[in-house]
Amino acid sequence: MPPSLLISGGHLLDPGQGIDKIGDLLIAEGKITWVGDKGTGPLQPDLSTIDATGLTVCPGFIDLHCHLREPGFEDKETIATGTRAAARGGFTTICCMPNTSPPLDTQASIDYVKKTAKNEGAVRVLPIGCITKGRQGKELTEMSELADMGAIGFSDDGEPVTSSQIISLAMDYSHDLGLPIIDHCEDKELSNGGLMNDGWVSTRLGLKGIPAAAEEITVARDLALAQLTGARLHVTHVSTEGSVELIRRAKEKGIAVTAEVTPHHLTLTEERVMGWQSEKNNQLIYDTNAKVNPPLRTRGDIAALIKGLNDSVIDVIATDHAPHTLVDKMCEFGLAAFGISGFETALGCLMALVHNGELDLTTLISKLTLEPARIIGTRYGEQGTLKPGCQADITLFDPNKEWIVSSQNFASKGKNTPFDGYQFKGKVIATIVGGKIVYQDSSVRIEKK
Amino acid sequence: MKLTEPRSSATIPGTFPPPSISVWQHRHILDLDDFTQEELKLVFEIADAMTEVLTREVKRVPTLRGKTVVTLFYEPSTRTHASFELAAKNLSADTVSLDASKSSIAKGESLIDSLRTIQALGADVIVIRHSQSGAPYLATQYVNISVINAGDGWHAHPTQALLDLYTIQRHVGKLADLKITIIGDIMHSRVARSNIWGMTTMGASVVLCAPPTLLPRGLADFITHCQLPNVSIESRIEPALEGADIVMPLRLQVERQQSGLLPSLREYIQLYQLTEERLHLAKPCALVLHPGPINEGIEISPEVAYGTQSVIENQVTNGVAIRMALLYLIAGGKNK
Repeated sequence: MPPSLLISGGHLLDPGQGIDKIGDLLIAEGKITWVGDKGTGPLQPDLSTIDATGLTVCPGFIDLHCHLREPGFEDKETIATGTRAAARGGFTTICCMPNTSPPLDTQASIDYVKKTAKNEGAVRVLPIGCITKGRQGKELTEMSELADMGAIGFSDDGEPVTSSQIISLAMDYSHDLGLPIIDHCEDKELSNGGLMNDGWVSTRLGLKGIPAAAEEITVARDLALAQLTGARLHVTHVSTEGSVELIRRAKEKGIAVTAEVTPHHLTLTEERVMGWQSEKNNQLIYDTNAKVNPPLRTRGDIAALIKGLNDSVIDVIATDHAPHTLVDKMCEFGLAAFGISGFETALGCLMALVHNGELDLTTLISKLTLEPARIIGTRYGEQGTLKPGCQADITLFDPNKEWIVSSQNFASKGKNTPFDGYQFKGKVIATIVGGKIVYQDSSVRIEKK
Repeated sequence: MKLTEPRSSATIPGTFPPPSISVWQHRHILDLDDFTQEELKLVFEIADAMTEVLTREVKRVPTLRGKTVVTLFYEPSTRTHASFELAAKNLSADTVSLDASKSSIAKGESLIDSLRTIQALGADVIVIRHSQSGAPYLATQYVNISVINAGDGWHAHPTQALLDLYTIQRHVGKLADLKITIIGDIMHSRVARSNIWGMTTMGASVVLCAPPTLLPRGLADFITHCQLPNVSIESRIEPALEGADIVMPLRLQVERQQSGLLPSLREYIQLYQLTEERLHLAKPCALVLHPGPINEGIEISPEVAYGTQSVIENQVTNGVAIRMALLYLIAGGKNK
């Protein structure tokens, strides 16, 4: 068991308990044992202290949507590298999608991920099970047994469940289990062959577009089926204004829906595909690092997504961390893989919204901690809180520290980021899982009494 | 460097190369979106000199002697490929022609690997044709030699657009203030996309005419965002042709109908074929261009394709001159 640790003089921020003040936090035996004013905590022998002056101390971030690629695509990422990347991004619990090879559609594969994560992982890993066998959209998985083995929800992410009948049955089944159906909303017939948002940039670049309607059609269908079945629906990676409006209306009607948005959909537009147009460089390129599904959209969509966060229409920010090898991305745009390696840039990218005044810090932290914890539930321990007695999953970050993204320094095997070279303001300084420091910035000094 | 021979030098206007060569800024020819009017005029001026070379008995000058031009074609092409080969040979460059379906590319060699190999073999210019939009842009990121885009996906075909512009320039004497109507499959047309840039830069106005299913949904936004007030969209052929100086039907691929974009070829022919009767709606001396290959009896009637207003064959000849001019500017000219 790691020694007791005092995090001293930080800005304690816990949206769930309404804590927003300078103070100390004490960790012992892997749990939070005390939270209070600076210098007033109980005396402890063998106490290590982190001076958190100027830092924000909040519950560890929880990512509801990532791809760890293991088993099957270990050249892209492994559970070991992916969880280290998550730790660098301030995430203490991550939920991995089941589009591995084999997919997570059996108890054995779920068990493999859990065991590997326990032995080799740096942070907590909660797997998501497949909705259908082999992600083929035809037969339901043994959802009840997958839940017993630790699946926190069900998704065929990467592929939508095309059949309305199958997804309605999945909802009926998961409703009984109390777990969410997490659908990748895309009408594949409409998006067929599409490479980026359907709009002026796709027209300019001569690339086939993916219309916003391809997402909205499936969001609308799923909301209707959630109403029909009463099941919990979680809409993953919402990217369009129209989806936000559909979810808003569904929530007003009382449908049990939650939704997530990624950092890249909140900060980048379709124009990013034409390259990073800076003062130094305005040459047109086809940037495969900005190729992602759903595609980067428009300024109007970004405004609606941010408003959706502020209005509680969108509950959660999740990374959709999708690591790929260089070979997957260093090729013609049309042949490149979809996806962005997102763990290590999430906070820096999101803090831009805070510094610009578009999102307040408490809302942001709530979307990264309290809200995803609510969706997961308490079966794997109470998370997303600084409450004494709870597991000590804590993230320390400096909201004002400026740094430059260098993908070569990523812990992730996936260097595929559209943010390489960007200057961010806001950096994770330390990540603590169960009282153990799993990542610390070089600036962290731990003093022993 | 000597381009001219004494017996024909009188037909080349002024000195060669012209002083205006100082405006040339390009290492690569990727699209016409970054060409200035001065650069386009320079290309025409050099192409005039090359046209003169093409009238000689021995159509060959030593300009690019010792240079190697590699053509790398991932898509079948007859005229563009032959045109580049001839252009390079007329300038005395060595040419190597790689057909992607026959080389190691068919064994799974990546584009970047192929390009690096071609560079290591000592090529000075790569001419690339690819079915994926943006492939030539990828090439410029990984090799140091000059890249000429000979057509990439739906995106751009700058040398075709330049030969279209040059053909108009030679026949009409100007491009400014002309009404140019492009009819057909705009959505999938790299020729139309490149021509939009070149034609508007030269001061012409462009009317894009197609059935709604063959117009990109983002076209109107594209026109707004890229500030192209001289580009308009017209879904009916009659108003599009009204008063046009130039008419350019595009090749309609039969597969478009099979993939559901058109109700029937019959209806397309009824509504969009450029016939003699419809051509009367344009100005009396309007020119007919076509980027080829022609689908006779579909987008254009044979009477129009081979009629007095057609300059389709001149386009092919001008294509050689334009490509000679571009190779000269990229591999000889200013860089020497």
